[in-house]
Amino acid sequence: MALIQGTNTETLPKAKKATVINTLKRDYQLWLMILPAIICVIIFNYIPMYGIQLAFREYDFTAGLTGGDWAGFKYFAQFINSHLFWDLIRNTLLISITTIVVGFPAPIALALLVNQIRWKRGKRILQTTVYLPHFISIVVLVGLLNVMLSPNTGVLGLLLAKLGVEGNLLASVNAFVPIYVLSDVWQHVGWNSIIYLAALAAVDPQLYDAAKIDGANKWQIIRNVEIPAIIPTIIILLILNMGTVISTGFEKIFLMQNSLNLPISEVIETYVYKTGIVSNQFSYAAAIGLFNTFINFMMLVIVNTIAKKVARISLW
Amino acid sequence: MPSITMNRIRNKKPTDLLFDVTIVAICILMFFIVAYPLYFIVIASISDPTYVSTGKVLFLPKGFSLFGYEQIFGDSRVWIGYRNTLFYALFGTLINLLLTLPAAYVLSRHEFKARRFLMFFFIFTMFFNGGLIPTYMLMRDLSLLDTPWVFIFNPLTVNVFNLIITRTFFENNIPHEMFEAATMDGCSHFKFFSTIVLPLSKAVTAVIGLYYLVWHWNDFFTGLIYIRDYNLQPLQIVLRDILLSNQVFAEGAGSGGTGGGYAQRYADQVKYGVIIVSSLPVLVLYPFIQKYFEKGVLIGSVKG
Repeated sequence: MALIQGTNTETLPKAKKATVINTLKRDYQLWLMILPAIICVIIFNYIPMYGIQLAFREYDFTAGLTGGDWAGFKYFAQFINSHLFWDLIRNTLLISITTIVVGFPAPIALALLVNQIRWKRGKRILQTTVYLPHFISIVVLVGLLNVMLSPNTGVLGLLLAKLGVEGNLLASVNAFVPIYVLSDVWQHVGWNSIIYLAALAAVDPQLYDAAKIDGANKWQIIRNVEIPAIIPTIIILLILNMGTVISTGFEKIFLMQNSLNLPISEVIETYVYKTGIVSNQFSYAAAIGLFNTFINFMMLVIVNTIAKKVARISLW
Repeated sequence: MPSITMNRIRNKKPTDLLFDVTIVAICILMFFIVAYPLYFIVIASISDPTYVSTGKVLFLPKGFSLFGYEQIFGDSRVWIGYRNTLFYALFGTLINLLLTLPAAYVLSRHEFKARRFLMFFFIFTMFFNGGLIPTYMLMRDLSLLDTPWVFIFNPLTVNVFNLIITRTFFENNIPHEMFEAATMDGCSHFKFFSTIVLPLSKAVTAVIGLYYLVWHWNDFFTGLIYIRDYNLQPLQIVLRDILLSNQVFAEGAGSGGTGGGYAQRYADQVKYGVIIVSSLPVLVLYPFIQKYFEKGVLIGSVKG
């Protein structure tokens, strides 16, 4: 809808042109104010989208962004036939789906929990504390994991060794995904709960009273009053998270990588970085990167379709 | 409201009591899981590294030592990184605000015809992007590689999330009648925006300004991808080298090797210290600005 409206203003019949000019005259100040942002987004967000064609062309140093001669699907075929293809797809899906399955419900649970606290000051202290890790950088977080999980010197590493978990967890194939996902929950659970707390604060107090009169206990109130009230927020956020989960993990996965956990920690984006930025195989890397865009988009479409069917909530 | 209070007491069931106890227990556990690692870094950075590495420092610092901090203050890499990041963060945030605030004002004007189309134009970039390689090629074609400009002008210069927060704030807090009254007196959009809208929007300016500032401070990606010159690297890249690549001491020692356990222990103390030093600005400001951060999420959530 929005698109159609936009094009209409430019192709209006001659008789109405005067009004278009009039609107432009009236709004020229508004256009001037938004123009810098539009130009910036066109250059830095839309031109790279146009540059995706590099994946279908031979990279040519002199031609730059859009590449040289057409190469068709050569680089896609090269990637699909490479021995790394299925590993990369599996790792990418495994890490993002686990992040969603574990990381998405956690802030909902926390919000329901915090919402139960009646002691105002305690609630404030807990909130302030759990929001804090959201603001430390990814480098610091991974550095923290490294020093604390170190098998001989780290405080968590020593504790786990006492519990019978042997070996260096940071270099373990099996521990990579749990460490990645749990530290992600640790860092963002508090911050992500804010939006659900706001939704819970907006629940009609009459519903609580009605439930109490019906003799509901606290658990029943959570299940039958509070959760239904925040379902729309949950679904919208689930869709939004689906669209971005794959592209947000690059830095952390890259920093957590080492030669020993590589079989599980090499994902599409880190491989794109290595083939493209490090080894200068630009066309090949751009083609691999498109698989990421594709998976991202598919996840968004699937969840959006399900949400539309089940709860009649959708992004478009 | 006495009747409701009475009801509450009368309806207090044994299951609810159990429920309350469980809630309190989980909350206390949550608090310690989040707070302990942060507290531990602080005490580990000022304790004797020998005690830390043998697990003897758990709740209180032991064997006071500032060796780590001495190393950090003598390390020129940290200071170059600090200086660079400070410059990128301040200048970058200024540009972010200069682009975002006027754009959000325009998008909040209901009489502006292209509003819906432009909203779509911005939101589309949240879900679809060119990807790493085309963006890198663009930066190269624009000769922005290895320049400070790449920290300021990049795909996140106009952050769509911040744009939406600001637009929603303007829509809900600047009464429509106010603009009509102002235009009666011959006030232009420029003047209305700068003399009436901005002074009324200090809260939202603070919120998105802080979001941008923290983003710049923690930005590791830009330095990794676009910068090769070490003198231009931001703090996060220097941190990566110290924390993760084990280049703890500027001279190159401390990477385990022949020094073995001794060097490793001292290296760990430098690491704890550098975590504190690098996160200090954010952590010191945090208690004062936390309510603004929270407000941002709340404004943004009003319209889904």
